This record gives sequence, C-alpha cells and structure tokens, in this order.
Amino acid sequence: MSKKALEIKDLKREFQMGSETVRALKGISFSVEPGEFVTIMGSSGSGKTTLLNILGCLDKPTIGEYLLDGVDIKKLSRDELAQLRNHKIGFVFQAYNLLARTSALENVELPLLYNKEISVSERRERAMHALEAVKLENRFDHMPNQLSGGQQQRVAIARALVNQPVMILADEATGNLDSRTSYEIMALMQELNQKQGKTIVFVTHEPDIAAFSSRTIQLRDGIIQKDTKNASPKSAKEMLAALPVTDDYNIDHEHK
Amino acid sequence: MNISNLFRIAYRALLRNKLRAFLTMLGIIIGVASVIAMVAIGQGSKQSIHDQLSNMGTNMLTVQPASNLNGGVRIAGTSFQTLTIKDIVALKANAPDITEISPAVTSRGQAINGPLNWPTSMSGVAPEYLDIRKLSLKDGIAFTQNDVLTAAKVCLIGQTVIDNIFPNGENPIGKVIRFGHIPFQIIGVLNAKGFNAFGQDQDDILIAPYTTVQKRILATIYYSNIYASASSEGVTDAAVTEMTQALRTSHRLRDSEDNDFTVRTQQELIATLSSTSGLLTVLLTVVAGISLVIGGIGIMNIMYVSVTERTKEIGLRMSIGARGKDILLQFLMEAILISITGGVIGVLLGFLSTQIVTLTLGWPTIISQSSVMLSFVVCAVTGIFFGYYPAQKASRLDPIEALRYE
Repeated sequence: MSKKALEIKDLKREFQMGSETVRALKGISFSVEPGEFVTIMGSSGSGKTTLLNILGCLDKPTIGEYLLDGVDIKKLSRDELAQLRNHKIGFVFQAYNLLARTSALENVELPLLYNKEISVSERRERAMHALEAVKLENRFDHMPNQLSGGQQQRVAIARALVNQPVMILADEATGNLDSRTSYEIMALMQELNQKQGKTIVFVTHEPDIAAFSSRTIQLRDGIIQKDTKNASPKSAKEMLAALPVTDDYNIDHEHK
Repeated sequence: MNISNLFRIAYRALLRNKLRAFLTMLGIIIGVASVIAMVAIGQGSKQSIHDQLSNMGTNMLTVQPASNLNGGVRIAGTSFQTLTIKDIVALKANAPDITEISPAVTSRGQAINGPLNWPTSMSGVAPEYLDIRKLSLKDGIAFTQNDVLTAAKVCLIGQTVIDNIFPNGENPIGKVIRFGHIPFQIIGVLNAKGFNAFGQDQDDILIAPYTTVQKRILATIYYSNIYASASSEGVTDAAVTEMTQALRTSHRLRDSEDNDFTVRTQQELIATLSSTSGLLTVLLTVVAGISLVIGGIGIMNIMYVSVTERTKEIGLRMSIGARGKDILLQFLMEAILISITGGVIGVLLGFLSTQIVTLTLGWPTIISQSSVMLSFVVCAVTGIFFGYYPAQKASRLDPIEALRYE
C-alpha cells in the first residue's frame, strides 16, 4: 500500500476547563490502511468521542500529527477543514441526522450541494447511485418520517457514500437500532468494505459490533489499550440469516 | 458554493417550514402593502386638491380688505370697507398683467319661489366673474354690462338652489323668484361644480349684477372683494405687485403704513394645501415605514429562533462540508427570499387594497412608482440587515456542539 488512509502520530488533545487541564487523549499513534474496517471501542470517558471529532476533522489535536489521505490537518483553516470533510469523509451518525420533510434523494444530494464542481445532473445521478448501493432504489421520494429506522440509517449511509470519501466515519451508527436492523446495517457496511473497498472507521461500545470488523482499537483513559487484528471477522449476513424469523419482521422498526 | 446551489438550499429550507416562512413574511407583506396604499391615498388627495384649485382658476387673484388699525382698535378685514369703484378703475389702468376684473359683494338671504324657500347667498359681480371663476352656464344667458349699469333684477341660479325651490324639475329660466323682498328674474342656470376643497357647496348660490346687490339689497358702495385674473399663471406674481402698487396709490397709503388689503393668489392656496396633504403623505409614509421595520424585526426574531431550532441541522451541514460562509449565506438567502417574496406579495396587496379603497370609498388614489420602488428596496435591505446577525450566529456555531445539540 503506497498511501495510508489515515495516520496518527503521538496525538494529544487537552481541554482547558477553568484552571484545570483535562487531558482527553494522552498520546495515541496508529494508522489505517485503505480498505480496512476498524472499530474503535471504549467506555465513556475513554476519549472515544474526542478521537472521533479529530478523525472527522471537526476538531484539531493539541499536539501530534493527523494525516488524512496524506493531508496534514493541523495546517488547515476552518474553511479548509470543511472542504476536507466534504471531499474525504462520510459521516454516519447514531441519530441518522436526516433533514426532516426532505426526500431521501435530496438528503443524499446534500453533501454535493457544497461541492461546486458537481453539476446538477451529476449530483442527481450520484445520489441515485448511492441510494441504489444501499438498496433503497425505490424510496427516492420518501420523506424520513415515511422510512423505518434502518431505512433512515441506510439513507444516511448513502449520504456518506455520495461524495466518494476516503473513509466512512460511523459514530454509534447502530446505537438506535434493534439487533436485526443492526445486523442489516453491519451487513451493508461489510459489503461496502469488502466489495467496494471502502475504508470504514466505526466508533462503538458494543463488542458484538466490533466482531464484524477486521481490526479493533480499544481505548482507555486516553490511550490505546489494545489494537487487535481480527483475522476472521464474523459475517453479518450469516448472523442475519441465523436469526429466528420473528413476526414483526418487515414491520416498521421505528426507534427514537 | 455557487448561487444556484445556495438558492436551492435556502429555497428547500424554507419550503420545509411553509407556515413559519409565511408568518415571517406577513410583517413585510403588511408593511409594503401599507406603504403603497398610504402613499397612494396621500398622493391621490394631494392631486385632487390641486385639480380642484386649478378648476377654480389657477391664475385667479383676489383682493380682500385687510385688518387695520382704526384708532388703536384692530378691525377684522371682512368688516372693513375699503374697496370701491375707484380701486377697480385704478387696477384697470395700472395693472397691465390682469386681463379681467370683477368686484364682488355678497348677501345672505332666503330665495323664495311661492311657498318654497331656501337659505342661500347672492353674489353681486360683474359679467367677467364667470370667466375668472371658470363658471359656465348650462342653460340661458349671462347678464351683461348693460344689466350692471341699470342694476337689473336678473340672476343666475346654482343647481342646489334649483333643487330646493324648483323640486319638480320645471325649467327655472324666465321664472321670477324673490331674494328677500326683491324679485329677480332667472336668466341662466350654472353648471354644477360640486363641493370645493373646503367642503363648501359651490352650487348653493345666486349670481346677480353687483350694482343690483349693492343698491337694492345692501345699500353700500363698498365691495367685499375684487376678483381678477392674470393673463397667465406665470405672471401672477408680477400681477400681485402691480395690483398692490395700484391699490396703495388708490388708497393713498403713506410708505410707513401697512397695506389695508391683501392680494391672494391661488398659488399660495395650492402651496398651502399641497404642503398640508404633503405632510399627510409624509406622516402616512412614516407610519407605514415603521410597520416595515417591525416586519424586519419579525424576520430577525424568527431567524434567531430558527437558528436555535435548527442547530442540529447546522451541525450536520457543517460536518458534511458546509463552511461557515455557506451557512451564513444560506440563512441570509433565506431572509432575503422571505423579504423579497413578502415584498412582491405586499406590492400586489398594496395595489389591490388601493383599488378597493378607490372603488368602495371613492377616494382618489395615485400609486406612485417611487413608493413601490422604495418599499421594495427597503424590504430587500431589511432582509439583509435583519437576516445578517442570525445568519452570522449560525455560521459561528461549533460543529461538534451543534451536532450534539438536542
């Protein structure tokens, strides 16, 4: 592999709370190769969220280096960071964060509206492709409130895919879903990772979600406690097939 | 981000909450509509006053006795008797810019036709009076200089008097009526002029030769005023100077003495009334302008609430690549779209309500282009001005906190 998807060297992040300095990250180093499926795990207070914000270019490290696709984010301004997020990162959130009263297609188009190099027709086409990739090709005109939780999350994944990012950054993306829908989402993630070679960084605190990834980074008190490769990740598709068929399958999985 | 994307983002955001967008617009709609309607009403009344005065003859000049000191007591001009035939002669000789001149005396009394009677006033004037006041006859003939010389008992009759003493529609020409004790033969009927700008009925009148009124009714040699017309509207000021000089000489006033008369032109009246209704227009515009500002504050208010309410949306937009500038422009664009759409609706509503006022109340209205332009520009500026601070607030949000906002 010539270039790493992301590379972190001795990263520290400190917050000033009044007179006290809170050290959320105390020196973290790791790198992610393109095509890896990494889960970052940790209990609350482990620095997971801080790391996620930095990985998502929403925040900058106090000390240390973060190279995303070879770009050192420390040198970038607020606006340049926004552009970097637009071009290189696809976010998937726990609460989906879709725009209400806006069709699935328009929601997916949203990141492309902030990219002036993309024409109207290309925008539409790419949004449709992205929705097809998450198997929602017949839900283009549905509003978020007409979609189940799993479907909403798939719209959100399509939105993350549409700008062809270097990395998909998922923040507890299955946290609001029941286990069947979670497996569906993980199966989709695995498919994107294995078939399309998407790099995925998945932040979670659920160990069974981590089992689907090829590598798990365990955070604790602002340092990496464990960084383990998973030679044989479980297949979410098989897990899904193994689940007992319940009566409420295909009925709305509405969660909030 | 290019303009069309920006427009699309703002447009979609507004459509997502139509009721809120409409309510925000309402202030602007009412503001713009009221500016347009108020200015139209103000301008309309100004124009109608001007028209009525022009109708009275804009080159008309009137001379009235002025108040003067008489042994230390100031006496009201109207009861002061200074204007006589001597003045008419002097004016005819020494004021080249006046073309026609007529003395006038007035008497109030009852017009009587058999059992019917009506209180009215009789103006005693010269035949030129009809030209000066732009009066015309509907029927019959005017009296002549000969009637003046013989103090003939003939008169012209106004429509209001006809309505009251000839209620059955018979032709008054040739009929003899009494004014007080004196019988008059009606020789002409005046065209109706309606009410003047002061609400006086201009048709409630009898017109007779001034000599008749002076000798047979009032027994006086004085005139209550003198009417004259300048050869054109442009020379009225010169005519005023000439008349003043002629009258001063005729009245043998020393240089140290004040004029014992006043010469008025319609220009003064027009100017006075125009400035009064101009003031009215200004006041109406100010009130309407205030409502426009309130509309703007409404926009600011809603935009502020909207920024708070949409914090999470802003966070999301930032996380997927919107720069602070993009967010700022989006909210600014929303404010501008609201105020311009509101402005367009307001203009239409302004036109509509102006038409309704004209049709239902019969008030004259003039929609001035400048008021439409002005209110439109003001509402666009309002949008930018009042939309800027909320937009700036939105653009400065921290994406991390905005995303976590509940």
